[in-house]
Amino acid sequence: MSKREGGSKDPGSRHPGVELVRSEAPSELLRELVAHLRQNRTQLREEWVVRITETRLLTAMTKEEIFAEATSVYDSYVEALETEAFEALQAYARNLSERIIPRGVETHEVVGIVLLLRDVLARSLFAKYQTDFKKLNRILDAYEPAANRIANTVAVGFVQERERVIRQQQEAIRELSTPVLQVRERLLILPIIGVIDPQRARQLTEQLLRGIRTNRAKVVVIDITGVAAMDLTVANNLVQTVEASRLLGATVIVTGLSPEIAQTLVTIGVDLGKMNTVGDLQGGIEQAERLLGYKVEKLAEPR
Amino acid sequence: MEVPILKQGAVLIATFQAALSDADLNHLRMGLVQQVVKFRSRAVIVDVTAMDVMDSFASRTLREIAHMIRLRGAETVIVGIQPEVAFAMVQLGLTLEGVATALDLEEGLAYLTQKFKNTD
Repeated sequence: MSKREGGSKDPGSRHPGVELVRSEAPSELLRELVAHLRQNRTQLREEWVVRITETRLLTAMTKEEIFAEATSVYDSYVEALETEAFEALQAYARNLSERIIPRGVETHEVVGIVLLLRDVLARSLFAKYQTDFKKLNRILDAYEPAANRIANTVAVGFVQERERVIRQQQEAIRELSTPVLQVRERLLILPIIGVIDPQRARQLTEQLLRGIRTNRAKVVVIDITGVAAMDLTVANNLVQTVEASRLLGATVIVTGLSPEIAQTLVTIGVDLGKMNTVGDLQGGIEQAERLLGYKVEKLAEPR
Repeated sequence: MEVPILKQGAVLIATFQAALSDADLNHLRMGLVQQVVKFRSRAVIVDVTAMDVMDSFASRTLREIAHMIRLRGAETVIVGIQPEVAFAMVQLGLTLEGVATALDLEEGLAYLTQKFKNTD
C-alpha cells in the first residue's frame, strides 16, 4: 500500500492505473465551452470567414452576404450547442437553405462551411485547453457529438429543402406542359406536346376533368399534333379520357392524329366509334363551334 | 335510407346521398319507375353529386333505371358525377353507355328543355 502524501497532489495518483472521474457534469462543460465561444465570437467568426474564402466556398455570394450569413449561422450553431434544441436548428437550416438555394449554393458548400466552423471552433478549444490535456479530452467529449449532430442536421436540412424545391418545380413543369385552355364559352382546348408517359397521361386526364367542371365545358378539343407516338397504355388512357369527359357531360373531339398514331390506334383495335376525331385543330375548333351552336361569319377583309 | 324525389313539372329529380346500400339502390329503382308512372313524367334527373365512389352495382343500377324509364317513354339524365369518380369509373370500364349525362342539375335541365323543344 502506498504511503499517503500531502493533500496537494492529484487525487488520481492515489490509485495508480485508475482514472478518477472529475465531478464536472457534461452540461457544465458544455456551458463552459459555449461561454468561450461567445466570448471569442468576433475573432472566431472572422477566422471562419477567412477559411471559407480561402477554400473558395460560397463563391455565389458577396463578402457582405457571407459575413451576414456567417454571423447568423455562428450564433445559431453556438445556441444549438448550448440548448441542444435541434428542432430550432433544423428549422434554421431549412430557412437558410430556402434563402441560399436560389442563389446557386451547392450542397458541398453548405456542408463544407459547417465543417470548417466545426474545425475553427475545435482548434480554438485545443488552444485554450492545451495545458490541461485531460480537460481538453472531456471538453471534446462534450463538443464533438454535439458538433457532429449540428453538421448532420444542417446538411440534411439543406438536402431536404433542395428536394422540396425540385419536387415543386417538377410539379410546375408538369402542370405547365398540359394547359387546359378555354377559347370560347363552354369550349376547352387541350394541346398536348411531347412525350406522354402513363403518369403524364393520368395527370392530363385529371387536369382536364377538373377543367371541365370548373369551366362548365360542353366540348373539349384534344389536339395531339405534337405527340410523336403513342403506345397501348396511352391510347387506352385517351379513350378513358373521352369516356370520363362524357360522364361530366362534355363531348371530346380529338384532332391532329399523325399517320403513325392512326396506324397504332387501328392496330391496337381501339374502338374508334367511341372517339370523335377531326383532322386538324382548325377543323376541330370549327366542329366544336358547330356543336355549341356558333356560326362564324366573316364580315370584312383583314385590314 | 330514403332518396328524396322531387317533382319539377314533367321532370322528376332524385338526389342520391353518399353511401347508398345495395338495398337502397334496389328500392330506388322500383320507386322511381313507379313515380314516373304515377306522375306521367317525361324525364328523370338522377343527381349523384354527393357520391364520392361509384361501384359496379351502383353503375349497373343506374343503367337499369335508365332502361326501365325509357320503356315508359321517358328520358333519364345522370348529373353531378365528380371528376375523381368519373376517372375511377372509366378505369373499371363502367361507362354508363347509352345513358345521358350532364355536368350538374342546371345543365341536365337545360339538356332536357332542349330535347323537349326539338321533339315537341
